[in-house]
Amino acid sequence: MLNTAMSQPPAAPASPSASATSAAVAESAASALRDSVRRALHHLLRNPMTLAGLVVVVLLVTVALCAPWVATHDPLRQDLYATLQAPGAAHWFGTDEYGRDTFSRLVYGARTTLYIVALVTVVVGPIGLAVGAASGYFGGWIDTLFMRITDIFISFPSLVLALAFVAALGPGLEHAVIAIALTAWPPIARLARAETRSLRKADFIAAVQLQGASPLRILVRHIAPLCLSSVLVRLTMNMASIILTAAGLGFLGLGSQPPSPEWGAMISAGRRYMMECWWLVAMPGAAIMLVSLAFNLLGDGLRDIFDPRS
Amino acid sequence: MSGLKKGAAAWRTRLLSTGATLLGLLVLTFFIGRVMPIDPVLAIVGPDADVSTYQQVQAQLGLDRPLLVQFGHYIGELAQGNLGTSLLTGNAVSDDIARVFPATVELATLAIVVGTALGVPLGVFAASRRGRLGDHAVRVISLAGHSTPVFWFAMMGLLVFYAWLGWAGGSGRIALAFDGAIPRVTGLLLVDTLWSGNWDAFASSVQHIVLPACILGLHSMAYISRMTRSFMLAQLSQEYILAARVKGLSEAAVIWRHAFRNILVQLLTIVALAYGGLLEGAVLIETVFAWPGFGQYLTNSLLLGDMNSVMGCVLLVGIIFVTLNLISDALYQVFDPRMH
Repeated sequence: MLNTAMSQPPAAPASPSASATSAAVAESAASALRDSVRRALHHLLRNPMTLAGLVVVVLLVTVALCAPWVATHDPLRQDLYATLQAPGAAHWFGTDEYGRDTFSRLVYGARTTLYIVALVTVVVGPIGLAVGAASGYFGGWIDTLFMRITDIFISFPSLVLALAFVAALGPGLEHAVIAIALTAWPPIARLARAETRSLRKADFIAAVQLQGASPLRILVRHIAPLCLSSVLVRLTMNMASIILTAAGLGFLGLGSQPPSPEWGAMISAGRRYMMECWWLVAMPGAAIMLVSLAFNLLGDGLRDIFDPRS
Repeated sequence: MSGLKKGAAAWRTRLLSTGATLLGLLVLTFFIGRVMPIDPVLAIVGPDADVSTYQQVQAQLGLDRPLLVQFGHYIGELAQGNLGTSLLTGNAVSDDIARVFPATVELATLAIVVGTALGVPLGVFAASRRGRLGDHAVRVISLAGHSTPVFWFAMMGLLVFYAWLGWAGGSGRIALAFDGAIPRVTGLLLVDTLWSGNWDAFASSVQHIVLPACILGLHSMAYISRMTRSFMLAQLSQEYILAARVKGLSEAAVIWRHAFRNILVQLLTIVALAYGGLLEGAVLIETVFAWPGFGQYLTNSLLLGDMNSVMGCVLLVGIIFVTLNLISDALYQVFDPRMH
């Protein structure tokens, strides 16, 4: 069973003959959209876990955008009279060894996390889609070459490969983003390839081919849009592992550099005081876990909505 | 006979593609080692050296030759097991890795035992309760395990079981008192302490390994239980299960004697892959527990910019991964009767 958006590919606005019946196309596209929105809402109401994931993700974005208003203190301001304070009314999640407010640092850390996730996703999605779709559509030596390269990248655990890239590039937030992106595209490429292969012999592709569309046009206007829903689902689930890899790099001191607040780096800094000041480690770790769990739940739910096959 | 031939042909392609992947790994590690911003020549001669000294050292290191020649040299050295010299310890990287690797193997092996022992029954349980409370509970546990940063989990474990409850040994592989007192035979402390007959040392090393192994194991449990569940569901929807139920077999017999027996091969391949995944967890968890294994060696060399060691470690991880993939394929071929 394909979902509604996928079952009406010929109605895509790109097909040249469609201009005559553009009103009908717009109508059917609108009804398809209405349909999937209704199904998504239906699913959300019946699956509290997906809803919970969505709520946490929305909360994360809100907190990151409104950090100056959510935070109770300046995340960088040191207060050497109030170091290592336990959680209380003045500091909800306590303070660190420089007297900085842990809660406010967590709030600003949400920005770093979101920045990494968004940047990696924006880089990885198009690259994975392009490599996978080209590989699946052309087949032959292009396919062999691309998939061999993909295999090489997949044959490392992502953290270890990211470590190697950061080691070569030097520590820092931007370098961490590059390293994570370099390790995160292969699964997307594989997925896009599989989707493309199932589409490339379809009648509507043959029809556009006969109309003389160039391979580039077919890939961009006809195949890529149909791979998009499963790629987006996969990207959402990937966000969880991006967060974990970023936190791991931060923990090892290779991600964003002090004093900027990053959750993994906060855990690493709090480690020295862990035995007496549990909150320094417990709070940022709980934040990482919560957010990554939320992306996992959301991804799971999106898969159920867009891909009833599994 | 033709099936056998076909199998042999399939194996030839598989070995060829594995060989290609390995070559790719070498190109990748070589390339990463060359794009680093730190100039290895400058690191040796210092910033004050004149041009002729610089060129001399560059020639000694072979860095003045074309990239392709350098790559050939790199491959040639690798073929002799030479990974270069570690800046950190001054030893050959291959010797260093041989020294630290048993500690990681010990940890990962125990962890995979824990992960399998917990994950498989949980997965079977979830599949047998599909859609009911037990299934959802297992799903949440598995997703939570999937979403927890393993280093944070390790620190929380250290905090609770070491600092608060005092049940587990602290960091390191063994109490300081036994450090260096155990003759090294296999490098696996649990084996070496038993071998030397020192029961106190054995107890101490058990006490130290339990917590990190359990935490790594719980991490792989998430993956194993999820895969077990989906394998079991695939079996339970088949007609032979219906036949067994119609015959009046008990549910336990249906699940364990019929369905479970048929997923054993798939499980074996998954466990092999999970074992490789533990290496990633080991890199982070060894830092937390000051476990003197491969992960700690990798991170230490990384922070000091010791590229020879880093690339040696990364290459090794890649090779282990590729090998485990090949082994899990082979297991499938050998044990699954449908493949014959």
